[in-house]
Amino acid sequence: MTDKVLLEIHGLRKDYPVRRGLLRRRLGTVQALAGVDLTLSRGECLALVGESGSGKTTLGRCALRLIEPTAGRIVFGGEDLLALSGSELRRRRRRFQMVFQDPYASLDPRQRIGSIVAEPLEIHAALGRGERAARVSELLATVGLAPELAGRYPHELSGGQRQRVAIARALAPEPELLVADEPVSSLDVSVRGQILDLLASLRERLGLAMLLISHDMAAVERLADRVAVMYLGRIVELAPSGELFRRPLHPYTASLLSAVPVADPDRRRIRIVLPGEPPSPLAPPPGCPFHPRCPSARPDCSTERPPLATVEENGEWQRLAACFYPGELAGQAVRNGGGAT
Amino acid sequence: MAEIGNLLEIQNLEISFPVAGEWTPVVRGVSLSVGRGEFVGLVGESGSGKSLTALAVLGLVPPPGRVTGGRVLLEEPGGAADLLAFSEREMRRVRGGRIGMVFQEPATAFDPVYTIGFQIAEAVRAHRRMPRRQARDEAARLLERVALADARRRLDDYPHQLSGGQRQRAMIAMALAGAPDLLLADEPTTALDVTLQAQILELLQDLREDLGLSVLLITHDLGVVAETCDRVVVMRRGQVVEEAGVEALFRAAVHPYTRELLAAMPRLVARQSDD
Repeated sequence: MTDKVLLEIHGLRKDYPVRRGLLRRRLGTVQALAGVDLTLSRGECLALVGESGSGKTTLGRCALRLIEPTAGRIVFGGEDLLALSGSELRRRRRRFQMVFQDPYASLDPRQRIGSIVAEPLEIHAALGRGERAARVSELLATVGLAPELAGRYPHELSGGQRQRVAIARALAPEPELLVADEPVSSLDVSVRGQILDLLASLRERLGLAMLLISHDMAAVERLADRVAVMYLGRIVELAPSGELFRRPLHPYTASLLSAVPVADPDRRRIRIVLPGEPPSPLAPPPGCPFHPRCPSARPDCSTERPPLATVEENGEWQRLAACFYPGELAGQAVRNGGGAT
Repeated sequence: MAEIGNLLEIQNLEISFPVAGEWTPVVRGVSLSVGRGEFVGLVGESGSGKSLTALAVLGLVPPPGRVTGGRVLLEEPGGAADLLAFSEREMRRVRGGRIGMVFQEPATAFDPVYTIGFQIAEAVRAHRRMPRRQARDEAARLLERVALADARRRLDDYPHQLSGGQRQRAMIAMALAGAPDLLLADEPTTALDVTLQAQILELLQDLREDLGLSVLLITHDLGVVAETCDRVVVMRRGQVVEEAGVEALFRAAVHPYTRELLAAMPRLVARQSDD
């Protein structure tokens, strides 16, 4: 059972100091991650969803030690990542790779496609020139690109093709985990589907585990086995994807899902429109961080913070939510902010 | 000129750019109309010509491009007038006056060195003669109208002091300064998170109901269209490929391209309403 687990995260925290003025005096601390626990099995796709500032990108980067967490433990393949030295960490890097949002920014414009894809091979594998060229062709074919493109430059490619190149580069060292941060957000709608299909088929063929960071619910429902919903640096709900979409337990998840525009004119009338904006992470509200905007908040929600706890489980899955009154908004048609108007 | 029955009617619009010394149309034969109080979605991907079409309505096609054919009729008190025949001076009265504009990136629509209140008051004074003090009161009233929290206090804030959602509300307030009949909104919620997007879309609906505004909403997001619009025009490669009422389009899209766009939308989420 334990060797099925690829990545374990315990109590992960990331604080950023806030400084202001000429003397850069420290005014306070923003908790980008306020204690996150998570496990990812081999071959599993877990989606991190949430709005800007929820901490999903920070979590993705901390998990790979691209940024150093303030506290917590990250165990990858049974090994404590935070205990590794710089050179040891670099050697492990081939096992976890990343795909970024913007393929216009993440590819060096002066390098040919072939050398962009070959670069990780030079670092992580000792291959002869012929072997390397063959491997590049193979990788381009894997992501659905013609091997001839190896001689081109990024600006000659479309956005979708560039993202395929970025994926090929990530796959080059044969990683076990791919962290994809908004992999389709900068692409046109009709191209998104193709890239999502590619990621899905890669998972299947290569047995890749994936951490998908996205605010795009279409991407999430297409790829994810499980979904973690984040709010203000914490996971507020964790559930198998199908269960989550069918019946969200946390009121924030319910509002988030109901706010996603859906191509169905009949759904207009059943929307939960949250009042206000997410609170500042500099001064998170006491109690449940969501209570000031929550349609079903009670007095105790503003004094005590609900822990992320198991709400439902059966032999196959488990559902967790950080809410004292989970499931109240699930599938319920709430009009304009739960009767606030 | 004759009555057109619509507030705005674009007829057979053609916009061209010089390519190797020849005028090459990039928008061809585009016709669409917006009725009074109607909410019309103009949908397409990047490069489809949707934003260029909107810019042509405002007489703002970026050079060296230019309108090479068609008419853009706006209903005026004496009958419909062709905006393409207007002088720059006349167009200045139309822009921000008859037609208000809301853009995707509220950060760039405001001048960073002036306060929100000053800029909205200036927009008011550009179209309605009134003393500064009264214009400032009008700015406060507009900010209250778009439900900006603490509207009065926000008058003296600079653009960077507002969050993205607040700035978008402020930009809508500025678009309303000239008491327009038509709002041209180009991707007004694309830079916002979904919960804030939902608030802004609700605000546009309110304004439509309260002020009888017409809205031409330019977007790549069919979900946004389904939530707000009465009618949809789908553009691809400079041409209109489909036009339909919103219900009809989502039930039975005719053009394969529209179906492709629809297939890219979230589905599972829709199912939660069936419970």
